Amino acid sequence: MEQATTNVQVIPVDKAKIWGIWKVAIILAVITAIEYLFAFTMEAGMLRTVIFIGLTIVKAFFIVSEFMHLGHEVKGLIYSIILPMMFIIWLIVALVNLEGGAIKEARGIVDYEGNGAAVEHVDEGH
Amino acid sequence: MATTATISKKSLWGGGAEPFKASYGKLMMWFFLLSDAFTFSGLLITYAFLRWSAPQYSGDPHAFTFSTEYWPIPEKVYEAFPGFHGVELPLVFVGLMTFILIMSSVTMVLAVEAGHRMDKKGVVKWMLWTIIGGFAFLSCQAWEWSHFITGTDTATIGDVVVNGIWKENYEIFGANLNFNQYGPPAFAALFFFITGFHGFHVFSGVVLNVIIFFNAATGLYERRGHYEMVEKVGLYWHFVDLVWVFVFTFFYLI
Repeated sequence: MEQATTNVQVIPVDKAKIWGIWKVAIILAVITAIEYLFAFTMEAGMLRTVIFIGLTIVKAFFIVSEFMHLGHEVKGLIYSIILPMMFIIWLIVALVNLEGGAIKEARGIVDYEGNGAAVEHVDEGH
Repeated sequence: MATTATISKKSLWGGGAEPFKASYGKLMMWFFLLSDAFTFSGLLITYAFLRWSAPQYSGDPHAFTFSTEYWPIPEKVYEAFPGFHGVELPLVFVGLMTFILIMSSVTMVLAVEAGHRMDKKGVVKWMLWTIIGGFAFLSCQAWEWSHFITGTDTATIGDVVVNGIWKENYEIFGANLNFNQYGPPAFAALFFFITGFHGFHVFSGVVLNVIIFFNAATGLYERRGHYEMVEKVGLYWHFVDLVWVFVFTFFYLI
């Protein structure tokens, strides 16, 4: 296993491959910049949250597919990683959006409007 | 490996064929990362569930003030930058942290790529950059935590329990696990837990990177004939970057 190899052949750099790596890095930087643009110009709300999560999944796709090289592996390996994660994402959406909202409603928790006045107890039954 | 193509179906059961055409170590790293992703998903689900069931601030963002009664706007919490005391720079510091981590991920890919070419010098160089990136990120996080714990100049008034005694209209500075000046107790607790758990992953990643760096520099992988260890630890390092992408979105943007 650990035998001495005196003359190791260093394969020369493939410029196109290196450029491909940097291209993915630039894409990730640009998507992050777009996220910042939305963070500062758009009002907080459901739509903005969906945009943020969508862009995050796009970034995750590039990292997993290119940096982690999963996109170039065998189909079976791709599916054994991606399918469980798809179920997890479904769970996140189900728990966050539906459960969180339902619990909030059931507890009678209301949002704070904010008129510059001092904050009193928002939820009396809390 | 050259005989793989000619192996008959019968001899597959006799060993010598790699499932998914990936080596044992690489495959197990993938499954470990999948289980680790479950852990982080659990944390993020908890965060999002608690956040979406907590009272939100729905008024004018400019008139926003911190209160223990509702969830804070993240841009108002993370707006400090080292050396710029009192200047509002929302999300700038965390943007720098994101940049550092993505760049260290890029240098890791370059190290793996150099390993494929048996370029020892390249591996050592890019591994060193990756380690520097990891340390830079950890330093940033240390500063962010200390700022988060110490708090801002203005206190938030709230009713809290201090050392087992209920205190009304108490001046809250910074954050601890019981209460914080930014929002409900769960806000700081989740911040500590999730960014802390991620930071611990970064730390163990840096330790692994240092080991790989020394092994590559001393020529261990060159004697072995391949740089697969760089690839495996690279997978872990990219995963840390991947988790940060999600933490960044959920904690700092939404």
